[in-house]
Amino acid sequence: MSVEREIAIDARGLTKSFGGKKVVDNLSLQVARGDIQGFLGPNGSGKTTTIRMLCGLLTPDSGEGTCLGYDIRRQQKEIKRCVGYMTQGFSLYRDLTIRENLEFVARVYNLEAPEDAAQAALERLGLAARADQLAGELSGGWKQRLALGACILPGPALLLLDEPTAGVDPKARRDFWDEIHHLSTQGLTVLVSTHYMDEAERCHKIAYIANGRLLASGTMPEIVAGAQLSTWVVTGEALDALASELKHQPGVDIVARFGSALHVGGRDQAAIERLARRYGAEGRRQWKRDEPTLEDVFIDLMTRAGADR
Amino acid sequence: MSAPQDLPSDVRRPARGALAQSFRRCVAMFVKEFIQLRRDRPTFAMIVGIPLMQLLLFGFAINTDPKHLPTAVLTSDDSPIARALIGALRATDYFDIKYVARGEADADELILSNKAQFVIQIPPDFSRRLVRGEKPAVLLIADASDPVATSGAVAAALGAANQALDRELIGPLASLSQDAAPYEMRVHRRYNPAGETRRNIVPGLIGTILTMTMLMYTAMSVTREIERGTMEALLAMPILPVEIMLGKIAPYVVVGAVQMATILIFAALLFQVPVVGSLFTLTTLTLLFIVANLSVGYTFSTVAENQLQAMQLTFFFFLPSMLLSGFLFPFYGMPKWAQYVGEALPLTHYLRIVRSVMLKGSTFGDLAVDAGALAAFTLIAMSVAVMRFRQTLD
Ligand SMILES: Nc1ncnc2c1ncn2[C@@H]1O[C@H](COP(=O)(O)OP(=O)(O)OP(=O)(O)O)[C@@H](O)[C@H]1O
Ligand SMILES: [Mg+2]
Repeated sequence: MSVEREIAIDARGLTKSFGGKKVVDNLSLQVARGDIQGFLGPNGSGKTTTIRMLCGLLTPDSGEGTCLGYDIRRQQKEIKRCVGYMTQGFSLYRDLTIRENLEFVARVYNLEAPEDAAQAALERLGLAARADQLAGELSGGWKQRLALGACILPGPALLLLDEPTAGVDPKARRDFWDEIHHLSTQGLTVLVSTHYMDEAERCHKIAYIANGRLLASGTMPEIVAGAQLSTWVVTGEALDALASELKHQPGVDIVARFGSALHVGGRDQAAIERLARRYGAEGRRQWKRDEPTLEDVFIDLMTRAGADR
Repeated sequence: MSAPQDLPSDVRRPARGALAQSFRRCVAMFVKEFIQLRRDRPTFAMIVGIPLMQLLLFGFAINTDPKHLPTAVLTSDDSPIARALIGALRATDYFDIKYVARGEADADELILSNKAQFVIQIPPDFSRRLVRGEKPAVLLIADASDPVATSGAVAAALGAANQALDRELIGPLASLSQDAAPYEMRVHRRYNPAGETRRNIVPGLIGTILTMTMLMYTAMSVTREIERGTMEALLAMPILPVEIMLGKIAPYVVVGAVQMATILIFAALLFQVPVVGSLFTLTTLTLLFIVANLSVGYTFSTVAENQLQAMQLTFFFFLPSMLLSGFLFPFYGMPKWAQYVGEALPLTHYLRIVRSVMLKGSTFGDLAVDAGALAAFTLIAMSVAVMRFRQTLD
C-alpha cells in the first residue's frame, strides 16, 4: 500500500440475508481515498443494505471490512464520528427549522461552538435566508441540500450518500454534483448510489451490483471495455417494430431505445454483424457501429443477472 | 491498514472529558426534544389542560363525602323517642328517609336493589327499654360496598346519636341523658367490613394524572423517530442510547413539574386540600415519581414496534396502576396477590408518599422506603430501556 493511494473503504466478502434471502452476497469493494465511487444497481439490489453495513448500522452475516481503517464490526463508534451518512429518504427533523437541525447535528458531534458552526454551514449552503423555515416545508432540492449540509457539517472524512439526488430537478442535481466534486478535491472520499447514468459518468469509479452481487467495477472505460459488447446504433423508421423483432434473434443481448435511436448489442460480434448487414440492406434504417454506452452495459449486466436467477 | 489520518480536527482532538462530551450530547437531544414539543401545539396546549380537566372531572364527580343518601326505616316503635331519633339522623343531612320497610326481608330487598343505601332498624320495644335504662341498640345497616360513599354518613350517625334525644329526655327521664347516650348505635357495614375511610382522593389524583400523562409523553418517543424515518440518521451519529434516553426524558420532567404545580394550586383552590407537610419534600419526591413514570414510558417505546403498540402498553400499565395502587380501592383491603402486584407499581409508593406528605406532614425519613422503591424502579426501567434500545437496524 506504500505506492498505491490509501484505501478509505475496504470491504471483503460482505454478506447479509433478510429472512433467508441473500440481499448482499459476498461483496468486495475497495475505494481509494479522495475518490468518488459510484454505486449502481437496480431497485432492491442491495445498495442501501451495503451502505448500512459500511457505516455500522447493519451487522454483516459474514465478511470483513474497514472504513477509514476502522473495523465495521467492532469500531462503529469511531466510524460514526468520521463518516457522514446521508440516508435514502429525508431523515432530518421536519418539525425543526433548518438552523435547529444543523445546530442539533453540531451539538451531537460536540463541535466547539454549535451555533457558529450551524451559521457557517447555512451560509456555505446558501440557506441563510431560509434558516428559520421548517425543514419539512422545503422543496425536494433544498431538502437534499440541507441533508448534505448536515452530513458534512461535522467534517467527516468519508461520505456515504444513498441516492442523494432522487426526485431532484436537473439544475439542483448539477449543483449537487459540483459540490461533491468540490468536496472530493478537498480530500473527502465519497461513495454515492444513484440510478442516473449521467451521474455515474461523473464518478471516478463505478461499481455495479445486481441481486446483491458485484457484477462490474472500475473506471467507466474499464467497465465498458470489460463488457465486450459490440453495439450498433439504428436510426430510421418503425424502430419499435424492429426492436420486438430483434429481441428474440440469437446473438442479440440488448435492444434498447434511446430517444430516436435503437441500441442493438451482443457479445457475439459475428452474429451481430450478420444481423446488421441483413437489416441494413433493407434500406429503411441506418445501422452504424458505435461504442457501447454505460447504460448499454448495465442493461446487459442486468438482463444477464436476471437470467441467472 | 494504517491508522486514519487527515481526520477532521474535532475528531482527532480528544477535546473535553468524556463525561462533559456525553453531557453535551444529552443537551443536544434535550434542546431538540423541547423544540419539537413546543412546536407540537395541541400537545403543548394540553400540558396544563389535561391534568386540569382530569382534576375537575375527578374532583367534582367523585364526591368523597356525599349527602342525602337514600335510607329506609324499619321499626314498629312509633313513640316520640323513636321519631326524635330518626329526626336527628335526618338532620345530619346524610340520610334521606325514603322508605319504610315492612320487615327485615323487605329491608334486605331495598339494599340489594340499590334503592336504599342505609336501613335504620329500631327494635319494637326500643322506647320501653330505653326508659328502663337498658341501653337498647339501634342498628344502622350500611351498604358499604362503596365505603367512600357511606363512611361520612356512618360517622355522622355515630356523632348524632349522643344529642339525638336530649330534648325528649326531660322531666323524670332527664337522668338518662346524663351519660353519653341512653342507647347504643350499632353499625353494621355490609359487603365490605373494612370500610376504610378515605378523604384522600385529591392527593391520589396527582399520582394518577401524572402516571397517565408522563407515560403518554415518552411511550411514543422512540417509535415516533422510527416511524418518521429519523432514527436511521440518529443511529448513524455518535450518540449513545443512554444519552438519547436522558435527552428525551428531561424535557418532560419540566412538563411534569408544571403539571404538578397546576394540580396542587387548583387542588388547594377548588377542593381546599392543603399541604400539611413540606412543599420541598413533596416536590422532590414527586419529581422522582415523574422520572420513574417517564422511564417506564420510554422503556415501552423501546419495546413497541409502532405507536399503536406503545399506546396499548401504556394502557396495559395504567389500568393496574389505577386499580391496584390503592387509588380506587383501599390497598390493605385487596387480596394478598393484588397487594404484591401493587407493590411493584410506582403509583402505589407515590400514593403513600403524597398522602402522607399532604395530609399527615410526613418527612423524607418517614418515606425512605417508598422513595427508595421509586428510585429502584427508575433504575430498573432505565436499564431495561438502554438494553432494549437497538443500535443497529438488524
Ligand atoms: N430490514 C430489512 N428486512 C427485510 N428485508 C429487507 C430489509 N432491508 C432491505 N430488505 C430487502 O433487501 C433487498 C435489498 O434492499 P436495499 O434497500 O438494500 O436495495 P437498494 O439497492 O437500496 O434498492 P433501491 O434502489 O430501491 O433503494 C430488498 O429486496 C429489500 O426488500
Ligand atoms: Mg436503497
